[in-house]
Amino acid sequence: MSNVPTITIDGKQIEATPGKTILEVARENGIYIPSLCFYEGTKNPGACRVCAVEVDGARSLVAACVMPISPGMVVKTDTERVKQARKLVVELLWSSGDHNCLTCERNGDCELQDLVYRFGIEKPRFDIDPPGYGIEDTNTMIQRDLNKCILCGRCIRACNEIQINEVLDFSLRGSHAKVGPAFDADYINSECVFCGECVNSCPVGALTFKQARFMGRPWELKKVKTTCPYCGVGCQLDLNIHDGKIVKVTGNREYGQPNLGSLCVKGRFGIDFVNHPSRLKTPLIRIDGELREASWDEAIGYAAQKLGDIKKTHGADSVAGLCSARCTNEENYIFQKFMRAVVGTNNVDHCARL
Amino acid sequence: MAGLAAAFGSGAMTNSIDEIEHTDLILATGTNTTENHPMIGARVKRAVRKNGAKLIVIDPRKIDLVKYATLWLRQKPGTDVAVLNGLMNVIIAEGLHKADYVADRTENFEALAQTVKKYTPEYVEEISGVPADDLRKAARMYAGAKRASLLYAMGITQHITGTDNVKSCANLAMLTGNVGIEGGGVNPLRGQNNVQGACDTGGLPNVFSGYQQVANDEARAKFEKAWNVKLPGKPGLTVVEMTNAAHRGDLKALYIMGENPMLSDPDLHHVEESLKHLELLIVQDIFLNETAELAHIVLPSACFAEKDGTFTNSERRVQRIRKAIEAPGCAKADWEIVAALSTKMGYPMTYGSAKDIMNEINIMTPSYGGIVYDRLDGEGLCWPCPTKDHPGTAFLHKDRFTRGRGLFHAIEYQPPAELPDTEYPYILSTGRVLYHYHTGTMSRKSIGLNERCPESLVEINPSDAQQLAISEGQAVRITSRRGTVSATAKIVETPPPGTVFMNFHFREAAVNLLTNPALDPIGKIPELKVCAVKVEAA
Ligand code: SF4
Ligand code: SF4
Ligand code: SF4
Repeated sequence: MSNVPTITIDGKQIEATPGKTILEVARENGIYIPSLCFYEGTKNPGACRVCAVEVDGARSLVAACVMPISPGMVVKTDTERVKQARKLVVELLWSSGDHNCLTCERNGDCELQDLVYRFGIEKPRFDIDPPGYGIEDTNTMIQRDLNKCILCGRCIRACNEIQINEVLDFSLRGSHAKVGPAFDADYINSECVFCGECVNSCPVGALTFKQARFMGRPWELKKVKTTCPYCGVGCQLDLNIHDGKIVKVTGNREYGQPNLGSLCVKGRFGIDFVNHPSRLKTPLIRIDGELREASWDEAIGYAAQKLGDIKKTHGADSVAGLCSARCTNEENYIFQKFMRAVVGTNNVDHCARL
Repeated sequence: MAGLAAAFGSGAMTNSIDEIEHTDLILATGTNTTENHPMIGARVKRAVRKNGAKLIVIDPRKIDLVKYATLWLRQKPGTDVAVLNGLMNVIIAEGLHKADYVADRTENFEALAQTVKKYTPEYVEEISGVPADDLRKAARMYAGAKRASLLYAMGITQHITGTDNVKSCANLAMLTGNVGIEGGGVNPLRGQNNVQGACDTGGLPNVFSGYQQVANDEARAKFEKAWNVKLPGKPGLTVVEMTNAAHRGDLKALYIMGENPMLSDPDLHHVEESLKHLELLIVQDIFLNETAELAHIVLPSACFAEKDGTFTNSERRVQRIRKAIEAPGCAKADWEIVAALSTKMGYPMTYGSAKDIMNEINIMTPSYGGIVYDRLDGEGLCWPCPTKDHPGTAFLHKDRFTRGRGLFHAIEYQPPAELPDTEYPYILSTGRVLYHYHTGTMSRKSIGLNERCPESLVEINPSDAQQLAISEGQAVRITSRRGTVSATAKIVETPPPGTVFMNFHFREAAVNLLTNPALDPIGKIPELKVCAVKVEAA
């Protein structure tokens, strides 16, 4: 154990892994340090400064999210100086944007709002002066309102370091800084592949799922964990349900394998087929060349009778069945059981080869 | 996945998805991973960018992964066996293979060594167009990696030599001791979400669940006892054989649950005629798809969000789906419909829930023995998982192959069934795009996906486009011996000169009107990746 550095946070002795930052060690040990820019799995946050802490021997406050621990380090997270510094950061962020929670999709699920509330800030000391950007409304999937952007850089790191799609970056610097695709293009005109990772990472309402707008407040949504119905990766995701409808799909990093909370465009934005008006709602039987609506009793009765007749006249092997790579294990199992045990043939396959 | 099963004793992905991100080298062949398996694609990219892994891409198309590759071998379509034999030729000639592993764990090495002898880099260059030096570099790089993961998908299997291609991949991995170790393996990436599960649960003409052979008396006796009926022992017909039997009039009735062969099968004219010959076509689906339009009876089913159940992903991980909303109208879960039909036909199926069916799967299927619902709320379980206290299996063939010893297959290169000629001078290759899925039944009903990809594009290399006087966005006509389709030209460097590429998601440009139904003799997979066409401005 001699190699394990010991540090002290708020008077508590902690054994920590070398190379970790103060923020990581604190969070692993249940000590609260806020951060609006840290994003698990990405490097070099250090943008928001709300994670300020005092370190003995350092003259100024230190950003916990980038400062690696060193043996014997003594950290204080809760001093008056720290509190004031954090408050100032939050007030500056608030006043430099259009944080109108009344119509924001993230109201009740916003990390900036949470800090304002936690720090008990009635009103910022500074005049509210949003940059006045237009809201990007040029695609059907992701809405961007950069007036709410706090320039935390999470979206950039999520796009570049987690999805490695390498679409987003800061453009310009200083007070004109902006995040987005190269040449200030809209998402739809960029190399963006609409994985939605940036939206999932955004701490505020700058990036939101457009089709979910006004479809349900965060606290009204019921999340149901399930498996993506598209490709063979089998990503785990949350269907967000309101009023019996799927409102949006979110990733959940706590679910772990196989996708660690990330999704692609199909899992993220391709689920709306479920609500499509052309879904089949009733059985159909062809009568005089046309498909007509029928009851389940009629349809199942007719199918059973025809299958039985054909089996009797031409033998079981004159019948075949295709099960499906899109149905569940349970359904495929009983389908093959039906073909083998009830029809009496091994003519059962699916389109796996295609 | 007959090829892998013959070599190892199991046809599934040998290693887990997570291992791909943490291995030393990835060889990706016949997989456009970032578009077809995007979240595995992200793993590959992170392995390269964040963890310093090397990446070798073997693909005729300049796919997105090429950007991340240490080395890219651009072979002519359909020459995979030659390239893989070439790699093994170099590895054996230079003594880079793992001799102890080969001696201790495999068999038939001598035959392989004998066959690959003539596939010198120079000879392979003649066949495949891959420069001999690149082939040498790739062979050394792959053999030199401590752990190498080989990934492949439909680009390997959808050829008349698909089974041979897969066996060659298995050969290469065994030769270098890469099977049965963490971070290694031969990993077929499954296209559709539950292909693995449909195979595992007996959705194949020759096996019950868990790959228990119908022709095996003991296996059959076990199922006869459990199901209380006499069962047929003769393996049944595969998809393409079913179509042919229907065409001949031997097959009278077809019951389709959740598939759309009217868009996915090769040679669609033939498929349509065949389906029209049937006395009875029952289609059970969530939409009135192209196949359902021909049906006599259509049964509406619930989709994944409207029912409980499990899917098994590419890495053999069994995961839950959960009912989140009600199905529209009176649509029902597929299992409920099958059970109702069975009951009506005098064989009562009285399952009360999907979980009840899983209980039966647990009993009848050794590899799924311990995969019970109560254990699936976390990260799921990878089979084999024989008992309720078994943790599941991340990678297969540790210490011992499923079949005992790994089997090398000596395989000769064979050209594709249909090569370009003066009348049909181009190769047509088919596949998927990021924004759509399979026959488009689901993805084409999505607002976002259609915004990004509203129409079928045919990818043409700039040099060909120039020769054909075709410009970006122009309508083109593509004709094979079997049919003609129109699509919009997209001029890109992705396909090599002489090859055009189309996806099969769009009924308006149904590429399978063109493709060649020639089958791989063992895997019975049609050659969707290569056929000869002519290309003209429309
Ligand atoms: S949606 Fe995905 S690709 Fe597009 S900008 Fe966001 S993270 Fe990048
Ligand atoms: S858009 Fe959101 S995630 Fe990106 S920098 Fe702005 S606030 Fe941060
Ligand atoms: S989210 Fe994308 S990568 Fe994940 S399973 Fe769905 S289709 Fe595949």
